[in-house]
Order: sequence, then structure tokens, then C-alpha cells
Amino acid sequence: MTTPNEYDVVAQNLSKSFGGRRVLNSIDLTLRRGEFVALVGASGSGKTTLLRMLGGLSAPDEGDVFVPARRTFVFQEPRLVQSSRVWRNVVLGLKGESNVRDVAYAMLDEVGLQGHEQDWPATLSGGEAQRVAIARALVRRPQLLLLDEPFGALDALTRLSMHALLDRLCSVYHPTTLLVTHDVDEALYLADRILVLRDGAIAHELVVDDAHPRSVGRGSPHLRNRLLAHLGVSDDEPATAEETD
Amino acid sequence: MSDEKNLAGLERPVVLEVRTRQRGWSVLTKATLPLLLLVGWTLLAKSSAIPPLTLPSPWGTLLELRAMWSTQHLASNLMASLTRASLGLFFGAGIGFAMGVAAGLTTIGEELFDGTLQTLRAIPFIALIPLFILWFGIGETPKIMVVALASYFPMYLNTASGVRNVDRKVVEAAKTFGVRRLDLLRQVIFPLALPQLLTGLSLSMVVSILALVAGEQISSQSGIGYLLTQSQAYQRNYEVFGCIVLYALMGLGAAGIVKVLERLFLKWRRGVAVR
Repeated sequence: MTTPNEYDVVAQNLSKSFGGRRVLNSIDLTLRRGEFVALVGASGSGKTTLLRMLGGLSAPDEGDVFVPARRTFVFQEPRLVQSSRVWRNVVLGLKGESNVRDVAYAMLDEVGLQGHEQDWPATLSGGEAQRVAIARALVRRPQLLLLDEPFGALDALTRLSMHALLDRLCSVYHPTTLLVTHDVDEALYLADRILVLRDGAIAHELVVDDAHPRSVGRGSPHLRNRLLAHLGVSDDEPATAEETD
Repeated sequence: MSDEKNLAGLERPVVLEVRTRQRGWSVLTKATLPLLLLVGWTLLAKSSAIPPLTLPSPWGTLLELRAMWSTQHLASNLMASLTRASLGLFFGAGIGFAMGVAAGLTTIGEELFDGTLQTLRAIPFIALIPLFILWFGIGETPKIMVVALASYFPMYLNTASGVRNVDRKVVEAAKTFGVRRLDLLRQVIFPLALPQLLTGLSLSMVVSILALVAGEQISSQSGIGYLLTQSQAYQRNYEVFGCIVLYALMGLGAAGIVKVLERLFLKWRRGVAVR
């Protein structure tokens, strides 16, 4: 028997260009099993491109990606099949389950959508639809959960409750998670490790070691300021010390 | 951290990315089936098992068409057919378009005639040809009417559903900026419904030629259908083939027109096809 692998994502030397513009420049990325990593960066910094390559939605020009076979995606928009009822959307493409209906209902219950199983996707609110998308991703018990700004289109209050929901679900299912976001507070609330992407490379790494669940807005202001400084949106002097926590 | 990591249980993801095909290959792929059909037709025609009168070769058909140009006044007959097809299409697709817009845009339009038209659609237009001859005589009118009737329904159905399926949110947004009535139709609804409008037009054109074949075979003095009937009556198989090829070319022309319209007006949709 081989020893259990301690990594769920091993990406080496990844590069990708679009129309002559180098979006990712020889990136190395490893995620430990069960780790929650947030990838932040300005628009166009290549974070979505990196996520899509891990999910096999896009091929790297150079480099190698290794990921687990069971991996699922939550996109910024719910991307539900409008012509299928909510519970059928949850088990879309799911094979090998004897009673998919029960599985779907149980998962919907867990994301707080009991009673909506027979609804049409078009009748749901934005937050509800995104809950279905999360249920669809988690019902497969993913080893790797890839989240592409999943709450970016939601209102602030809904977003807060979705953060709590995702945090709770991750503590139950323990997927290795990579979250792409532009929301610094979201990253600080959810992630164990935050990577700042700039000019196609990982410019900084911050470790957040507060225990989960964290309380909203009570994280270290120092960490928040440092993160904002790295993203170039702070009055403080940009941190010069190397972050190697 | 060491460079050698344990990759057990991990895999390279199979990439779902859409690959763009090279243009040269694309053209070749499109040409393959027509070329194979042509080669098959030639081989069958040349084989001794089938007499040349039963199945003329492609080359023979082409020569026959050239001969027909003078012996059968092909140009004027072709003109007669095209005129009927265009007139019928103009009225049929035109009225279909107008009523489709009414049914797709307004509740009253939909309630007033959508159900009735859906029922009438079930009547095969060919069955009406004898009636039309009875009512309108044997002149041009019944032929144009048949083409109009046949090309009406595809245009009506596609216009109605195309207009109905335009994103209401975009329409709402345009309204808040003061875009109303004709401007709304012209700037928002028609352009967004255009893919389906063109589908309707394409189907209407194809079906108009179908109707033309049926309409021209009865009591005609001109047109490709008249030639076809004559050739059949005198068992001139080469001519029958020539007429069939002409009809096929007309269908091809119709498809070509729609392709050109798509290239002109659907620039915004290029490159978004989901494969």
C-alpha cells in the first residue's frame, strides 16, 4: 500500500497566454488535503484561469496539473438547468446512487432548501439558486471543491449567510477547497491560507490560523490591512517584510 | 519542501476546452460528403447493371441541362418558377412575420389567433391545390397562393416564438431608457429574435420550393414543374434529372441567401456556439 497522499492539488510551472498576453507565468501551487485556500487578486490577475485549469476547463500552455478524480465546481452564476426541477439539478449527472431522490432531498435539506425540492430554478432567488449550485457540488462528496467567486453576484446580507453555510458544510465534508474571490473579508472568514495573485504569479501568501467558525468582522485587523496593502488598496505603506508564516 | 511530491490518487484533468479547427480542415470536412455522393452517383451511373436511361450520370445531366437551355426555353421557365416562388414567399412569409410579431408580442394577438393557426397548420397544403384551382382558376393565382400558404406557417411559428423568447429583462431595461414602440422593435426585439427569424425564413424558402413543385405540376404552361411533368409524360429521363437538379440548386440558393444574411446581421453571435 502506498502511503496516503498528503496533497490534493499539485500544479507545477503553469503558464497560460491569451492573445499574446501572459496571464499566468510559471505558477507552482500545492494544496494539502482538506485545506481551504483563497485566491485573491485584482480583475485580470489570472485567478479564474488558474482555477479553470485545475478543474480541466482550460488547458495550460506549459506545466503540469495533478488533481483528484472527484472534483466539483461552483461558478459565479448558478448555471442550473432551467428545465429540470431543483432536486434533479442537484443530482445532475450523478451515477451509482440507488436512490438519487433521497440523496438530493437530504442535500437540499443541508443547504437550507427544504420545501424547494420540486421548484423550478427560475422561481428561486439568487441566493437560493446558488445554494442549489453548492448542493450540486457537495452531493458528489468532492475531494476537491473549486469555487469561482460563488457569492460575487449576491447581496451583502445573503453573502454573509452563505459564508456561514459554506464554512459549516466544509467542516462537515472536509473537501480540499480553492476559492477564487475578490472579497477580502470572505477570504479572511473562510480560508486557512490566502494567496495573492499579481501579474500572473503568486505574490504573497498569508496564513490565517484562527479557529472556525470565525465571527464576522472580528478577525485580526492587522491581517486585513496587510492583505489590502498587497492588493494595492490601502493607505498603509505596502508591507515589505516577506510573509512566510 | 521537496520537489518530488507523492501524486498517488491524483490525475491530470481531462481538458474540456473547445479546440478550434483549422480552416483548411474545416472546408475539407464539409466537402467530403458531397464529393462522396457525386462519386457514388457517377459509379452507379457508369456501372453496366443500371441502364443509362434509368440513371443518367452527373456529367450527362449537366450536358442535358445545357441542351434544355435552348430546346426547352429553360431561362424563361426558370424565371416563371422563381417569380412564383418569390411572390408566394413575399406574401406568405410577410404575413407570417407580421402575425408572428403580433402573437409573440401581445397577449391579445396570441389569444386571438395562435390556437386557430396551430390547428390549421395540420392541414397539408397539397390537399388544397384542387380547391385553389376550383376557386381561382388555372392561372398564376392558385400557384402563388399555394406557395404563400406553405411558406406562411414556418415564418409565423418561428417569428412568434423568437419574439416571445427575447430576454424580458433586456426589454425592460430598454424601456426604462425611454426606448418605446417601433424603436424597441427595431433596436432590441428584432435583432435579438433574428436568429430564429432567419430559421423561419430558411424553412419558408425551402418549403416554398416544395410547394412550387406540387403547384406547377397541375395545369401549368410554364415553369420547372411544367417541364418536369412534360419530361415524365414523354419518359425523357435525362430531362427529369435536369429538372430535379434545378430544384436542388434553387434550394441551395435559398440556403445561401440565409447564410449571407446571417453573416451580415448576426456578427454578435459568432463564436458563441456551444459544442
